[in-house]
Amino acid sequence: MTVNQVQDSIVDEFSSFDDWIDKYNLLIDMGKDLPAIDPRFKIKDFLIEGCQSKVWLHPGFMEGKIYFTADSDAIITKGIVGLLIRVLSGRTPDEIISAELYFIDKIGLRQNLSPTRSNGLLSMVRQMKLYAMAYKATGQRPPVNGKNE
Amino acid sequence: MKNITDIRSDFPILDSKVYGKPLVYFDNGATTQKPRCVIDKLTEVLTMYNANIHRGVHSLSDKASEEYEKAREKVRSFINAGKREEVVFTSGTTGSINAVAFSFGERFIKKNDEIIISSLEHHANIVPWQMMCERKGARLRIIPINENGEIIPEEYFKLLSPKTKLVAVTQVSNSLGTVLPVSLIIEAAHALNIPVLIDGAQGVQHGITDVREMDCDFYVFSGHKIYGPAGIGVLYGKEKWLTELPPYQGGGDMVENVTFEKTTYNELPFKFEAGTMNFPAAIGLGTALDYVLTVGRDNIEEREKELLSYATKRLSGIDRLKIFGNSASKISTISFLLKDIHQYDTGMILDKLGIAVRTGTHCAQPVMDRFGIDGTVRASMCFYNTKEEIDLLGTGIEKVISMFS
Repeated sequence: MTVNQVQDSIVDEFSSFDDWIDKYNLLIDMGKDLPAIDPRFKIKDFLIEGCQSKVWLHPGFMEGKIYFTADSDAIITKGIVGLLIRVLSGRTPDEIISAELYFIDKIGLRQNLSPTRSNGLLSMVRQMKLYAMAYKATGQRPPVNGKNE
Repeated sequence: MKNITDIRSDFPILDSKVYGKPLVYFDNGATTQKPRCVIDKLTEVLTMYNANIHRGVHSLSDKASEEYEKAREKVRSFINAGKREEVVFTSGTTGSINAVAFSFGERFIKKNDEIIISSLEHHANIVPWQMMCERKGARLRIIPINENGEIIPEEYFKLLSPKTKLVAVTQVSNSLGTVLPVSLIIEAAHALNIPVLIDGAQGVQHGITDVREMDCDFYVFSGHKIYGPAGIGVLYGKEKWLTELPPYQGGGDMVENVTFEKTTYNELPFKFEAGTMNFPAAIGLGTALDYVLTVGRDNIEEREKELLSYATKRLSGIDRLKIFGNSASKISTISFLLKDIHQYDTGMILDKLGIAVRTGTHCAQPVMDRFGIDGTVRASMCFYNTKEEIDLLGTGIEKVISMFS
C-alpha cells in the first residue's frame, strides 16, 4: 500500500466512530498493540523532545528503507506514534520526506489535541522526517550524538 | 452568603460546554474564571476612559489614573498593607519575584550569602533566585519536605544562619495544595533579622491574608488566580525595604527628573512601575477583589474546605488512586495518580468528558522528584465548584480506569 492508501484506511477506521471516547478506545488499543521497542533503544538519545509524555523513536535501516519502532509511557501517545509508524515505517527516505500527513487532520487528531500536545505529535513527525533526510544524504544510519551505534 | 446557583451564574464561562458536555473546571490553580463584574469592568475601562495613566492633563487620563489608584487602594485594604506606597503593580507573581530577586540582589547580596527557599516552590520562586545567586556568587538552600508534602521546620531552623540574607517561601504549594506555616517561618527568620518573601499566588484567593499580622517583608500574588485579569500582579513590600531597594526597570513614570547626567527616581510606589502599566487589568483586579469580599473570604474558605473533604473522601475510595500531598493543612487541591496509568492519558480522557484538570509537573519539578514521579493529575477546586462536579470527576476517573485496564 502507498502512504496515502494507508492514510485513507486509517481515516476509514476512525470515521466509523462518532464519539471521541470510542476514537480514544481505538487509539488505546493501537497503543497496546504497538510492537515493543528493543529496550536498548529506550535511552535519552532516542527520546523526542516536546512531548508531555516520554516518546522513544528508533529508526532501523535495511535495504534502503527505514523501519521505525517506538514506545511511550502514555498509552494514547503510543497509539498516536503507532499510527505514524503504520503510515511511515518500511518506506524509502523519499517517501517519508514527501509524505503529506493529511490523516492527522482528517481523523480530528490535531483539533482534539491542545497545542502542547499537538507539538508532541508534530515533533514525532519532524523527527521521522529528519531521520529520513539524514539517511538519504549519507546513505547510512545517522550518527546519534555524534557516534554510530 | 450567596447561594451556589447565584455564584455560578456570576461566572459566564461555567455555563459552557466542552465536546457537548457541561464544563467541569478544576484547573483553578492555573487560572480562575472571571465573574461578570470583572468582564464588565474591563469593557467599561476600554469603552469609557481608556487613556494612559499618570500622564495626560485631559479628563480621560484623569479618570483612568483615578480608577487605577483606586484599585491600588483596594489591594492595600484587601491584604491589609499599612500604606498604598507599599503596593506595587507588576505583571504577575513571576514579575514580582523577579523584581525582588534583582533589586534585593543588587542592593544586599554578596558572595557566599545564602537564600532559603523550600522544596515546595513553583519554578517562579526558584529560578529568579538561582539567577541572582549565579550573578552574585550566592547560594540557594532548600527546606526539605516529608512524605505528606509538608516542610520540616527543624530542618529549616538548621538552615538559618548569619549567612542567610533572605527567606522566600510559598504560602501554599501549587502542586500539592499544602499550606505552609508561614508565621512560624517568618518568626524564626525575624529572630535573626532576616527578611521573608511570601509567594501568595496560591494563597491569597483561599482565605484572609493580612500582611501586617503575618509580618512578612514582601508578599506577591497574581491577579488572574484571584478572579481578576491576567497580566497584572502585586508586589507588597514593607516601606523600609522598598525605599532601600533600587528600581529594577527604568523608563517613563518611574522617574522624578531625567537629564543625561543624572536621573532621580519617583517616589514609592511609582519607582517600581516603569512604563505604561496594564491599567485595565489593575482596575479589573480591584473589581475582582471587591467581588471576593462580597462573597466573603470566610465563606470561601468554609466552602472550599467542604469541597476538599468531599473530594478527598470520594477520590480516596477509588482503588488504584493515590493522592500526593496529605497534609492536614491544605487548600482545595488534590494531586493524584492512577496506578499504571500515565497522567497524560488520564488528563486526555477527562478532557473528553468535559473535565479540565492539569497534568504534568505543575512547574514544580523538585516536588515531583521528591516523590520519584514525573508528574501528577491535579484537580484544583474553588468556591464555585460543586459536589456534583466532584462526583463527575469521580465517575470520570472510574471511566479512565476501565478504559485503560
